[in-house]
Amino acid sequence: MLPLLEMRSVRKQYPGVLALDDVHFDVNPGEVHCLLGENGAGKSTLMKILAGALPADSGTILLEGTEVTIDSPIAAQALGIGMIYQDFKLVPELSAAENIMLGHEPRSTGGWFLDRGETRMKAASVLKELGEDIPMNVPVRTLSMAHRQFVEIAKALSRDVKVLILDEPSVSLTSVELKNLFEAVRKLKAFGVGVIYISHRLGEIFEIGDRITVLRDGKKVATMSVNAAREPELIRLMVGRELSGEYPRQRQGAGGELLRLENVSGGIVRGVDLALSKGEVLGLGGLAGAGRTELARIIFGADPLEGGRILFDGKEIRPMSPRDAIDLGIGYLSQDRNTEGLLLQMSVKENITLSSLTAITKGFFIDKKLEADACDRFVTQLSIKTPDGDRAVEELSGGNRQKVVLARWLLTNSRVLIFDEPTAGIDVGVKFEIYSLIDTLAAGGMGVVVISSDLPELLGISDRVAVMSGGRITGVLARGEATQETVMEMAMGESEPR
Amino acid sequence: MKPPRNRFALLAEFGVLLALIAEMAIFSALSPYFFTSENILNVSLQTSIIAIIAAGMTFVILTAGIDLSVGSVVAFTGVIATALLQLDLPFAAAITLAVVAGVGIGALSGAVAGLLITKVNITPFIVTLALMTIWRGAAFLFTDGRPVWDLPEEFSSIAGARVLGVPVPTIVMLAVFAAGYVVLTRTPFGRYVYAVGGNREAARLAGIRTDRVIIGVYVLCGFLAAVSGILLASRLNSGQPNSGLMYELDVIAAVVVGGTSLFGGRGSIVGTFVGAMLIGVLRNGLNLLNVSSYLQMIFVGAVILLAVALDRFR
Repeated sequence: MLPLLEMRSVRKQYPGVLALDDVHFDVNPGEVHCLLGENGAGKSTLMKILAGALPADSGTILLEGTEVTIDSPIAAQALGIGMIYQDFKLVPELSAAENIMLGHEPRSTGGWFLDRGETRMKAASVLKELGEDIPMNVPVRTLSMAHRQFVEIAKALSRDVKVLILDEPSVSLTSVELKNLFEAVRKLKAFGVGVIYISHRLGEIFEIGDRITVLRDGKKVATMSVNAAREPELIRLMVGRELSGEYPRQRQGAGGELLRLENVSGGIVRGVDLALSKGEVLGLGGLAGAGRTELARIIFGADPLEGGRILFDGKEIRPMSPRDAIDLGIGYLSQDRNTEGLLLQMSVKENITLSSLTAITKGFFIDKKLEADACDRFVTQLSIKTPDGDRAVEELSGGNRQKVVLARWLLTNSRVLIFDEPTAGIDVGVKFEIYSLIDTLAAGGMGVVVISSDLPELLGISDRVAVMSGGRITGVLARGEATQETVMEMAMGESEPR
Repeated sequence: MKPPRNRFALLAEFGVLLALIAEMAIFSALSPYFFTSENILNVSLQTSIIAIIAAGMTFVILTAGIDLSVGSVVAFTGVIATALLQLDLPFAAAITLAVVAGVGIGALSGAVAGLLITKVNITPFIVTLALMTIWRGAAFLFTDGRPVWDLPEEFSSIAGARVLGVPVPTIVMLAVFAAGYVVLTRTPFGRYVYAVGGNREAARLAGIRTDRVIIGVYVLCGFLAAVSGILLASRLNSGQPNSGLMYELDVIAAVVVGGTSLFGGRGSIVGTFVGAMLIGVLRNGLNLLNVSSYLQMIFVGAVILLAVALDRFR
């Protein structure tokens, strides 16, 4: 069978880095071809070339057997190549229907006016093909991440897409939403669309993929059918070394109680009772929107506590701002490092010391030496990969950015750390480093809360798993009794939002 | 050694600095009087009023804010300070009262702006636009539209005096920029200003009391506008309710030409100094060349565009 799309000998040189070295890649109609590799392996570069966002230095692209020139995103779209970026490219104030038909809106009255009725109808019929029911008349900024993703897919489908690239589509989705996404992908397959699926999560790839191509350091290292692939083999191909699938565990067991929540309410959070001990890793599971992030923000003083009590070391606390919580010894690593955690344009050093400046200030002035020492210490301790502490954080990879945020909270002498989706968008290799750091912190007596939608991760690193649904705790499971099934059951249990 | 933020800012300063040097070279060639110490001091004196406010405005713009009220604050503090000087007091007491009241009003205006921006959540543009109208109206109302004359002789000698040959307003300007530089680069407050401008929510979640930082920059900007207002009144030897008209635009131009981003988080006060001087030298040079004031306005606008465009293409 003739491949739908073929990329031959694609090469791309960046200053100092050979990003793509003679890469071959092809997709058949109605196939899901998964593209796997660590950050920096060249996946994004390859896909950007295909989508017309980057020029290749050399190589050819064939669509249905004919050589094509893709020199702009418009050219790619005209050929039927669509890409859905991780951070969607929707117009927030327009409705789902308007976004889907954006750029080829139906017109009325001789083409002078938009035909709103027709726009809605056409958009609705595309969504119906996908089997999704999405509110059509509200701005897309009010839609959930999952719904926005369907709008993106529908947008591509409305343009007769032949090849659709999905770049980490699952990052912001819950398990249920992911099932719906897979349904949509299967429909795309049935229409004969060739799907290129980029993800860090191997489980998904086994569920939805037909073939897998692994890239490493700009080279294609393997292409195989999913049936022939095995997880340890894939990880080895990606990182070039064997990784134990085991979660690190040197901590001994929990000590005395550190944090206690009694009937805590605020925002969508309702009547939460929960305790955290020294040296314990408490997992917080549930679907997106269950109130886990909201609960973390209340403890951290970022959102107001409207009812109930928080006890820290047996004493009642009432953090009115993140500053109050930080001074007490609580740190929060938010889900979205780039918009809520880091000051991207500031340096690694400035980001690490930002919450502890008063401690390294003598008189009126920041002590440059103390600051540099603090930075160097954590760059070494957490093996943050940066040429120096003065490098802007935006130049670092996702995993190293996460370590910078962690360093900030270690410098403030946090005793309780809340990790919100700590490994979202982070390479497999660095993921295990993060797990290992979490374990080490707990072993040192810290109380750690980990919010995670990645069930194997949640079960692997936690001593206990608390599950939330509809703003409430629906169950707390000990390490032995927590399975993916029990957690999912509790997560969906009381899903009726209050 | 420097983080990229400063590196870019330095590049920008470097670009504007080159423009300033080129400008000075051209005027030196065209006018023999231009490159004399007397004229250079003259430029610094003429630019000082705008530059002092621009130092404060740099802080505000670094937090992604804007302060349109500075010109009106100049007028209002000028008339209040001069009116207090007319009281029947010994000069030392009168001038102390005038200065304290003047800068107090400036700082208070900034505090009001900061509180409305942070606690009532109105955008800086609207808040300071309203304050601009309010203070201008207050200045006219207070003086009934007439200048405040008949001031003690000592008052005009403040801005007219020279220390080691350098005019007092120039000295004040240099001191303000030196202090501003140290605050921005060496103190926690300066670091917080960049952080708040870079990403307010991320700064808050890092434990920065962002509301205080924002109120702080508007207080500082109002304070420095008042300092300029008093110096200007001293130079004019009167309190003019229509003084400082459109200063906000000259001030913002100096900051932007100096490479500070209106989106916040990036820029430097050294750049602002060079930016203010670029515009000041241009005005002075065109005056020496007897270019009409109408044509001067067009030149200044063109140079602002050119400087910012150069900054984009560097």
